[in-house]
Amino acid sequence: MARLIRTEKEVEGRYEEVWLVVEEDALEQWPAGARSIVGRPATRIDGLERARGEAVFTADVKLPGMLHAAVLRSPHAHARVARIDLARALASPGVYAAIGPSDIPQLAEECGFQGEAVAAVCADTYAQAVAAVAEIEVEWAQLEVLLDADEAIKRGEQHGEPRVQARGDYERGLADADVVVEGEFRTQVVLHNSMETHQAVVQWIGETLEVYISTQYIWGIRDEVAKGIGLPPDKVRVVCHYMGGGFGAKNGADDYTFIAIELAKRTHRPVRCALTRREENLATGNRNATIQRLTIGAKSDGTLTALGGEYVNAVGWSGWTAPTEGPMQLLYACPNVKTTTWGAKINQPPMKAFRAPGFVEGTFGVESLLNELAAKLGVDPLELRRKNYAHSDPADERPFSGKSLMECYRRAEPHWERRHEVRARSTGRVKRGVGMASQIWYGGGGPPGYAWIRVSSDGRATVVTAMQDIGTGTKTAMAQIAAEELGVPLEHITVSLGDSARGPYAAISAGSSTTPSMGPAVRAAAADAKRQILEIAAQRYHLEERVLDLRDGKVVSADGNLSSSLEEVLGLLEDAQILGKGARGPNPTGMQVLTFGVQVAEVAVDVDTGEIWVERVAAVHDVGRVINPLGASSQIEGGIIQGIGHTLSEERLSDPKTGRILTTSLDAYKLPTFADVPEIVSELIDEPDSHLTNLGSKGLGEPPIVPTAAAIANAIRDATGANVRQLPISREEMLRALREAEARARDKEKRGAPAGV
Amino acid sequence: MPRISVNGHEHEVHAEVGQSLADTLRDDLGLTGTKIACNEGHCGACTVLVDGIPTLSCITLVHAADGAKVTTIEGLRDHPMIQAFVSADALQCGFCTPGQIVSAVSLVAENAEPSSEEIRHAMSGNLCRCGAYPKIEEAIRTWRG
Repeated sequence: MARLIRTEKEVEGRYEEVWLVVEEDALEQWPAGARSIVGRPATRIDGLERARGEAVFTADVKLPGMLHAAVLRSPHAHARVARIDLARALASPGVYAAIGPSDIPQLAEECGFQGEAVAAVCADTYAQAVAAVAEIEVEWAQLEVLLDADEAIKRGEQHGEPRVQARGDYERGLADADVVVEGEFRTQVVLHNSMETHQAVVQWIGETLEVYISTQYIWGIRDEVAKGIGLPPDKVRVVCHYMGGGFGAKNGADDYTFIAIELAKRTHRPVRCALTRREENLATGNRNATIQRLTIGAKSDGTLTALGGEYVNAVGWSGWTAPTEGPMQLLYACPNVKTTTWGAKINQPPMKAFRAPGFVEGTFGVESLLNELAAKLGVDPLELRRKNYAHSDPADERPFSGKSLMECYRRAEPHWERRHEVRARSTGRVKRGVGMASQIWYGGGGPPGYAWIRVSSDGRATVVTAMQDIGTGTKTAMAQIAAEELGVPLEHITVSLGDSARGPYAAISAGSSTTPSMGPAVRAAAADAKRQILEIAAQRYHLEERVLDLRDGKVVSADGNLSSSLEEVLGLLEDAQILGKGARGPNPTGMQVLTFGVQVAEVAVDVDTGEIWVERVAAVHDVGRVINPLGASSQIEGGIIQGIGHTLSEERLSDPKTGRILTTSLDAYKLPTFADVPEIVSELIDEPDSHLTNLGSKGLGEPPIVPTAAAIANAIRDATGANVRQLPISREEMLRALREAEARARDKEKRGAPAGV
Repeated sequence: MPRISVNGHEHEVHAEVGQSLADTLRDDLGLTGTKIACNEGHCGACTVLVDGIPTLSCITLVHAADGAKVTTIEGLRDHPMIQAFVSADALQCGFCTPGQIVSAVSLVAENAEPSSEEIRHAMSGNLCRCGAYPKIEEAIRTWRG
């Protein structure tokens, strides 16, 4: 019987209480370790079509009669449209329709950032649409531009109230400390830059709206679009079979989808609205800049007595205040913690989630300062972390559903031990060092999420669920889970996803949640089908169900007398099919579900020029059971490489007076290239989280990017003694930190103390 | 009117002056395996072979390719590099992948066993935001199986 329960749902650290219908989820977890398919490396089941260029991305969708939209975006960081005239645009060659601020709410009259959408046209070709946009006449009334996040907070220009989280007595904790370290850390704005830009193609078919969109959340788009234009949700069909990257920026429908919908409505034609790379880097979101004023107090043996943080998130014109304080709150067993987080509303493009939003920035701050503390105390940074290990959620003492961070530390030791040898390879000008940082983040997924499976008489099965694979390889993971449970070869499984009209509800691909949310539903569906198959076999062969099992594509009996291929057993059904269904159960109540890990980075620093090379990164992560070790290693490598970009080269720059964005192209904005990639060693603990679902698996999309910046910054400190406190660690920042370290050393010498780091 | 040979087929292209080779391939010839990610020659996603040379098709005018032999990812579907990419898990979202493979094919055509350094040098013009670089290097090192 279906049970109705009230449960907590988490996405990227944001919790809400939801009602949930739970169907019985009686499956025991598989024993730890690799199974015959789950836990063994699998190449992507959709690898060939992606490699051959056959995969149809939203960018490749071309519908008969399709028109192309182009968008007029505000050239100013803050301005009001005083007058707008679309007449000349409408009269331009090839143009069918033009819309402005009075037509849909996604087109703004008051623009709070450069790039906000103001008007749009559609035409036979994209070039015609662009030419027509240039014909739109606009008179702008310039408004005051507010760019300084601290100033915005002072003026009360904020997104929501500041978030204050406190436990124990912070002031007393500081007073009890033998040593106090403080620091101001700053992180930059980082752009997602998925290779496929944000885009949608929409068409009306009768009363149904079809939306082809590059998205991380098919069902979220369905609901948002339906609500936005007043349709019943099932009158919106959302399709995304292949998706060219998202990293958090593609969770919503955004301006372009609603622009395409309105233009399609007016023209009775399908409309494509695709952003250019330069629009992408203005209007589709970013990881916001932060200012972090941090304090750590500790006893001389390293026991933490107080952690304090004042965090200013420079959110931009819209967005939400990401949990930059999260790592300080959750990483260590410190009794006295106080953090305040503000979200500044400034005239810059909107913040959006970006791969572990808040935690990437916050980990850089707290894990860097912790190493400054270690240096001051003369304590081994790894030992300092072990000493302050949190065995339960330090904020509310909830037990962790599973936590193998101590094991991660143990497995990181050989990499950490390399520091003596690495340092010894320093020369006069090029200094080498090793740094480490811990990782904590969410990634438990949650309900609801559903899957169907159909098994045909040829013994092959298709998993049907309307989820999306954003490039992380979740489609392959689902196939592995279904194959494992059904006892059939991986090649006998097809996965049909990406279409809200052709499958049940599936979770968002954000917050490292796709595999932990959808995997258990797929396993449950496969188990349902397996049970039915065994029932049929029992009747066919006059045996009891309990002595039967499915293994290696065969129905076998416990005594070994029966071993019939699935094809043979189901062949008698001809066109009949076995249909299984499965649902994601709730997360364990009263438990904190998190992912953990540690990374150890090796760097070389040219102390004359400030140039930094990351030479090696070793990563050990704990995400519960690993479904596909091959795909998992790719996720870790990709996260680390993105992290290196964030740490050393990527920075969205804007003009400090006008607020206009200076880095909208890929030659101005420095993504990591082949040449920036160090040696990467990845390891996974691969121990099922015994309290979490029928799989014990957590997500791995985000964890690997979390500690990279801090590990690199700590390696730089190890190499040079310099405390870098700003991302990206440009040559200027590196040279500034080196000069400061030299001054500190001179100062110490003067006072007669030994010049240490 | 430019005439180009694409994957062995002759085409007479009706295009306005200023149209890119990438748009011709994708919109006029329906060869959407070639991707456009930046459309200004910075990322390498649109790489095709023009007379055997890896070329950014988004900043190549189709009129400038008159008389050329163009090879796109569709013309390489049976090249062992395709399977090498799949086997090494050298792709994640897959959007930059056709361009990566075209560049990789061009590299090994000149140098069947490139060193790590040579691979990194030759492939530096192809961006991959997912960060599949280590596996791409592995695919190129093992492309002959």
